[in-house]
Amino acid sequence: MAQLTMVKALNLALTELMHADSRVLVLGQDVGQDEGVFRVTEGLLQTFGPDRCIDTPLAEAAIVGAGIGLSFTGYLPVCELQFDGFSFQAFHQTENHARRFRNRTRGRYTCPMVIRMPYGGGIRAIEHHSEAPEATYAHLAGLKVVIPSGPRNARALLRSAILDPDPVIFFEPKAAYRAFREEVPDEPETMPIGKGVVAREGRDVTLITYGALVRPTLEAAEELADEHEVDAEVLDMLSVSPLDGELINASVQKTGRAVVVHESPRHCGVGAEIVARIVEKSLLYLEAPVKRVTGFDTIIPYFANELTYIPSAGRVVQATLETMKF
Amino acid sequence: MPRETISIPQKLESLSVLAPDGKLDTDLEPHIPDDDLRRLYRCMLTARRLDERCLMLQRQGRIGTFGPSKGQEATPLGVAYTLNPDDWHVPTFRETAGQLWRGWPIDTMMLFWGGHEAGNAVPGNVNDLPTAVPIASQCQYAMGISWGLKLKGNQQVCAVYCGDGGTSEGDFHEALNLAGVQNLPLIMVVQNNHWAISIPRSAQTRSQTIAQKAVAYGIDGVQVDGNDILAVIVALREAIEKARTGGGPTLIEAVTYRLSMHTTADDPKKYRTDEEVSEWEPRDPLPRFQRYLQRKKLLDEQLEQELDAEIKAELDEAVRKYEAYKFDPTDFFNHMYAELTPELREQMQELRAYLGQIQSAD
Repeated sequence: MAQLTMVKALNLALTELMHADSRVLVLGQDVGQDEGVFRVTEGLLQTFGPDRCIDTPLAEAAIVGAGIGLSFTGYLPVCELQFDGFSFQAFHQTENHARRFRNRTRGRYTCPMVIRMPYGGGIRAIEHHSEAPEATYAHLAGLKVVIPSGPRNARALLRSAILDPDPVIFFEPKAAYRAFREEVPDEPETMPIGKGVVAREGRDVTLITYGALVRPTLEAAEELADEHEVDAEVLDMLSVSPLDGELINASVQKTGRAVVVHESPRHCGVGAEIVARIVEKSLLYLEAPVKRVTGFDTIIPYFANELTYIPSAGRVVQATLETMKF
Repeated sequence: MPRETISIPQKLESLSVLAPDGKLDTDLEPHIPDDDLRRLYRCMLTARRLDERCLMLQRQGRIGTFGPSKGQEATPLGVAYTLNPDDWHVPTFRETAGQLWRGWPIDTMMLFWGGHEAGNAVPGNVNDLPTAVPIASQCQYAMGISWGLKLKGNQQVCAVYCGDGGTSEGDFHEALNLAGVQNLPLIMVVQNNHWAISIPRSAQTRSQTIAQKAVAYGIDGVQVDGNDILAVIVALREAIEKARTGGGPTLIEAVTYRLSMHTTADDPKKYRTDEEVSEWEPRDPLPRFQRYLQRKKLLDEQLEQELDAEIKAELDEAVRKYEAYKFDPTDFFNHMYAELTPELREQMQELRAYLGQIQSAD
């Protein structure tokens, strides 16, 4: 067991799998000599050489497009895009090709690749470095969309994503990269993609979230318990596509109340899908309308004001109390 | 000295072997066995007849919108002929002749234009990608394929196509740039057919040639008469040999002309003159190759008649098979992921239940 940050845990997942499976390649801008802008690819060039940890020209579409072609020739490429805000430069390769080849060729060609990118806000970065575009990707059938929340599940999910037979968008919450450490076991772990977990058990209300907001949501749950006698259950979805509707509805049917928390905009966000799933399967269990605590339907403010936009523990507490009083 | 001329160590050539008037450059003439020449001609003719048949089927509402390849058969056929079956062939959407040579069944190709995913079922014995619709984006995955081939070190190569319009897209440039940097076994064939729907070649780029764009990426570029299958084969043999032996990518500009419409959804009279089209008709690759075979005594009237009858029967049979194609209307769920997700399973059942209901109501 070692105490690792998410950055180190992701690095561990890559290192382990690159040792175990020569099909795994890492490619992207600055992943080699510079070891990634957040150092997730530290040591990979040195250990595996320039044919397996490849510094590419600065061209997101070429990085993803090359990944697609590499996967056709039997490799398991892990593409790094430097920031989620730049992933749109490769969006057409992801939308037009990576997600479609299995269907297009009736399974003859598939894209067992991972597109990793730092995700979300909260690190005081300039424009295009703080977006949370998971709903955009979750809307694209053929992709899986994974968002870990801590070092241990990040390491396990990255392993699962690389070994997954389908293309996986792997969002790494920047705000959780180095914010805390966790015990990570020595043996490699996997976690099923498409399954969430109960991060805190509770009886009164279900708080549904993922990514960097799992921590403030857990803080909110503690405050609700300590100061308001509200026992909140917290779900960490881990994947937004596929989305674990079963977990959500089982919890909501137990508690009768739900609050959805995410940092991306509210309109057509993953929260809207979560609410729809609850309405479809658990309407008669509900004691109150489901609330959404989310980013707003605006462009995320520049970093001097970004924390106004990103949901805080305080906003979660307030929304939960309103739900409880309904 | 404040100003000096930069000398760039790259030459740029234009290549033709068999001129439109039948004049043959015997020094450049590639060696092609007689039997191969006959098979190539048969394939080129099949592509032309298939084109005509598909236009007719489209007019009769028996297939959907169709993009003809008329006049552009020589380039993809020359490319496909020169590749080995285990080399990679990455088409865009006007490479019918090349796909036929690679063994794509005619009825499969009709299924594509008839609106069925099954039209993209790649034959089992070749490393082919199916038709790519979005312009130039196939250049990127072809570059990735050639990268994989280089990493494996197995001397295979990858040939990819795009059009003159495609050279204005970023993907074309990113792929060539990366192929140059990594010295990949990629052969980029630009079918310069002079028209991107209604936009002429002159409005795509101010460059004198498309081949010269290779210079910017530090790779070799060559312009060939794309309606001269012999020239295409010569250029491809050189590019493939170079790629197999670690010499890196080549950009080949195949100068050709789209004699027909972009697709059945447009009318070329709206944007180009009949005079321009009639200037290109004498450069049509099919009669040019036909005369070459006639001169070599590989083709006579009787053989031509037999060929016509054989191809017609083949097309009739393909249309019959295409029109007899049966499919499960809920099969489209099955190839989204390696395994159906719970949500897709639920949606598929929902649709099946509805379809079952309306079927029993009938």
